[in-house]
Amino acid sequence: MKWPAMGYARVESLDELWQVLDAAGPEAQILAGGQSLLATLSFRLSEPSGLIDITRIPALRGVSVTGGTLRLGALTRHADLGRDPLVAAHAPILAQAAPLIAHPAIRNRGTIGGSLALADPAAELPACMVALDATIVVASRSGERRVPAADFFQGLFTTDLQPGEIITAVDVPVATPASRQTIVEVTRRSGDYAMAGLAAVLAVTADRTVDAARLVFFGVGSGAEIARGASVALTGTKLTQATIAAAQGALAGDLDPPGDLHGGPELKRHLARVLTARALGPFLAPAEQAA
Amino acid sequence: MNEIVTPKSLGLSREDLPNSYIGRSVPRPNARKLVEGRATYTDDVTLPRLVHAAFLRSPHAHARIVSVDPAAALAVPGVVRVFTGADLAKVCDPWVAVLAHLKGMKSAPQYPLPLERATWQGEAVVAVVAESRAAAEDGVAALAVAFEPLPAQVDMETALAPGAVVIHPELGDNLVFTRTAETGDVAAAFAAAHRIVEATFHTGRHTGVTLEPRSIIADYNRADGTLTVHHSTQAPHMMQNVFATQLRMAEGDVRVICKDVGGSYGIKVHVYPDEMAVACMSKIMGRPVKFIADRFEAFGSDIHARDHRIKGRLAVDAEGRFLAFDIDDLTGIGPYSVYPRTSAVEGNQVVNLCGGPYAFANYRCTTTVVLQNKSPTCQYRAVGHPIATTVTEGLVDLAAEALGMDKVAIRRKNLIRDDAYPCTSPAGMRFEGLSHHASLDKLLAMVPVEKIRADQLEQRQRGIYRGLGLASFIELTNPSPFMYGIGGAKISAQDGCTVRMDPDGSLVALSGVTEQGQGTEAILAQIVAHGVGVPVSKVKVVTGDTQTTPYGGGTWACRGAGIGGEAALQSAIALKEQILEVAGAMLQAQGSSLDIIMGEVVDKATGQVRMPLAELGRIVYYRGDTLPKDLARELVQTRHFITKEYPFAFTNGIQASWLEVDVETGMVKLLEHWCVEDCGRVINPMLVDEQVRGGIVQGIGGALYEHCIYNEDGQLLTTTLADYLVPMAAEMPDMHVGHVETPTKESLLGAKGAGEAGTAGAPAAIMNAINDALSPLGARVLAQPFTPDRILRALGTIA
Repeated sequence: MKWPAMGYARVESLDELWQVLDAAGPEAQILAGGQSLLATLSFRLSEPSGLIDITRIPALRGVSVTGGTLRLGALTRHADLGRDPLVAAHAPILAQAAPLIAHPAIRNRGTIGGSLALADPAAELPACMVALDATIVVASRSGERRVPAADFFQGLFTTDLQPGEIITAVDVPVATPASRQTIVEVTRRSGDYAMAGLAAVLAVTADRTVDAARLVFFGVGSGAEIARGASVALTGTKLTQATIAAAQGALAGDLDPPGDLHGGPELKRHLARVLTARALGPFLAPAEQAA
Repeated sequence: MNEIVTPKSLGLSREDLPNSYIGRSVPRPNARKLVEGRATYTDDVTLPRLVHAAFLRSPHAHARIVSVDPAAALAVPGVVRVFTGADLAKVCDPWVAVLAHLKGMKSAPQYPLPLERATWQGEAVVAVVAESRAAAEDGVAALAVAFEPLPAQVDMETALAPGAVVIHPELGDNLVFTRTAETGDVAAAFAAAHRIVEATFHTGRHTGVTLEPRSIIADYNRADGTLTVHHSTQAPHMMQNVFATQLRMAEGDVRVICKDVGGSYGIKVHVYPDEMAVACMSKIMGRPVKFIADRFEAFGSDIHARDHRIKGRLAVDAEGRFLAFDIDDLTGIGPYSVYPRTSAVEGNQVVNLCGGPYAFANYRCTTTVVLQNKSPTCQYRAVGHPIATTVTEGLVDLAAEALGMDKVAIRRKNLIRDDAYPCTSPAGMRFEGLSHHASLDKLLAMVPVEKIRADQLEQRQRGIYRGLGLASFIELTNPSPFMYGIGGAKISAQDGCTVRMDPDGSLVALSGVTEQGQGTEAILAQIVAHGVGVPVSKVKVVTGDTQTTPYGGGTWACRGAGIGGEAALQSAIALKEQILEVAGAMLQAQGSSLDIIMGEVVDKATGQVRMPLAELGRIVYYRGDTLPKDLARELVQTRHFITKEYPFAFTNGIQASWLEVDVETGMVKLLEHWCVEDCGRVINPMLVDEQVRGGIVQGIGGALYEHCIYNEDGQLLTTTLADYLVPMAAEMPDMHVGHVETPTKESLLGAKGAGEAGTAGAPAAIMNAINDALSPLGARVLAQPFTPDRILRALGTIA
């Protein structure tokens, strides 16, 4: 299908963006990488009055580390996540996630701001940001707001983003020596949206005691799903096969997955248990891994 | 080998016989054009006064069309006109897709756009024509069409049951066709059997997903009463006849032009109502009208295929010999049989092909073809073959397990002997010459079975489940009129080729077979270059134009090489004879003492160059006065070819799949795949290997990924490439291809078809490999596609 006719404006700065947003009205849509938006336009699933292209705004770019925070500009491309040394050093789960996101052509254009703003329930990055306890930085004409990722995502394709606001950056707490980060997923084909996926961020002491754990699933609910019971089951105790089993058991209360074309809720619950073991297994003591 | 000189037939190397191209991997002459983006697909054609069509498609599986109000659509800027079914019926006669030799077959008349009811979700109902496709879509969005939803008959299993929704009341019921083939005494064979195995298989409904979607421009010229159709099609002459007949025109007034085609796979050999609507609208408006299907509407309007439920039984004796096959096939084909090939042929092929590779005496197979409110199904690459092969090879593996026999041994025992030909199968198929045992031998030389079995045992100790699966198959190629013509369909089984020498000694070959991206033009150039004796770079091939090429059937049922290739070879040989006759007169030599090598007339005995063809061309075309007055100088020769001895040239082969099942996730990882096939003479090994690999990939698609999923209301749920999963490169295994060559004696060329072998056998090999992997766990899957969900259910992991 073809797009409906619509306006297009490219802005060079946030100030210009606010002006154009005012002029364009609430029916205008922000365009960044366009990797989901353009397809919905082609299907005529949305008919915005116009597109406002923010890809030339310098303030939305760049990856930097300040103090204990890794800042990712909203225009950071998925491909950048996969090759940026700061990302690899300070938020390795994002570097691991990058090759799982669609295909190279999409990774070269798609942005993290766009992915987070869309909040696709099967997308990797929202789950990673919740697992990392990142902060989503949003801005509007009236100033900046900082929203914890866990509060930012509010359901199926729904976020805390208000009319007139855009995501400008994501602040990620940098990894510590205790950090254990991993992302695993099951996809029918490489690059597909996950049938089920898990972003796990743990703090593990030298004696393998789990000080903190955030297990966040994707593709098994209406958004990035924090498995609170499973996270609690792991926390404050040594990581063992038994605690992993306890975390798997707790998922029954954590997740209420809907069915999709791949299968029903039971399939999703099962895959979530499998992914829990696969994600955490490598962090076990070597002797226990072999067993 | 038949008597055609190749380096191999003479025991020479390629260098010894430089003008030998048959059997050589010559690069495709059109490859550069395709990769540089300089091909001419139908959508690349633009014409003066061109308008674009878009369709409002039924949102319901079954609904009465209550009213169509075009007013708002006509007010949309750029919209030119709105057409309903009644508008188009004034210029176009309906068609009924039945074949006389499929006894009792029935279907309902179909119109370009339906008159009263929509019968599948996605059926085009109203057309909007506008200055651009975008404006036409705006117009579609503005149409006010009132539907009254009707109960839909979605499930094929209940299509004939009491209380079923009869989709076309005038037909009386939803039965399109049923046929039972029975040979021998099946009941007695089962009664006497040592063991009987049985299973119910499902092959998932899927579709072709051509890179280039269906595309058409119809251009009716009122001034001279001609219709020119630029069409992405496999069968230009067939479509010429269809347009002429349905639009009440003379065939000579219709020209179908088909330049480059981005894949067909059988999808583009059918009459689509939306494409007929485009021709009608052009005839009414006197303007060229373009329609390019987008991916979304392609999923709901391209033909689907393979929606079968098959119950099978196999009786074996104590030694593992096959006594009888008993098969019951049911298929749902949508609301209409598709014109002109009909949608009963796939089920009929299942009847023809089950048990095909094996020697046994007793056979019963029934197919039942029913209507339903889903997209119409029709012929898609390897029509019926993967279904028959899945059932046959699935039962063979079950029998081997029941008897405790090795899966190679049971095939070795039952495959038709290589010295048994000619022979006729219990299903009535006549085999000229097959090579099942030689193919099995070659496969076993390629597949390291012992190493694989050792690895399999070792991996199982570590909780890794790997499996090896085999599938023998036969493939129907080089069809005669027995396929469609005897049933009354105007589908040409013969094909022609004209070869012309131009003044500079270069050749032009015009062929009735067509190029869909599979390399037809490459092999035709090779054959003509070989046959006349010129460098292959000197041959230009023209296909896809009903006004210039000899009449032919185009691309279907694996006939391009076997039928079109033989016509090309015979016309090339005829041209060579004519050239040598002229050369003999010019050189004062006997034509028979001369030869043509690499574009030069040479002395046959010594190889000494006597005259370049360019010189002969110069004399013939510009100084004909210098030649003897009565000398024939017909440097254009046309020959046609049709098979006469056998209804079909069957080929055979065997595939093996080696894979790993993740028993925790149900995911299947393909490790390696092998195919040995016998397509007779191989003209271009590289092209044949890639045809086989491409076919295997489409078979893998059906086995693991591709599925047109409907909900209980008949709504198609898989309408994007995110939901309808085509096989992708990252998941494909290494595919090893081997050949055994048993040429058909019906032609000098000896070529049979190769395009469908891969698809015919791959799903069965994968099914058997998955079940081999799962065998220690007592699980078995029989319903395609073999998804993680289905594998985990078979394992009992989920209920």
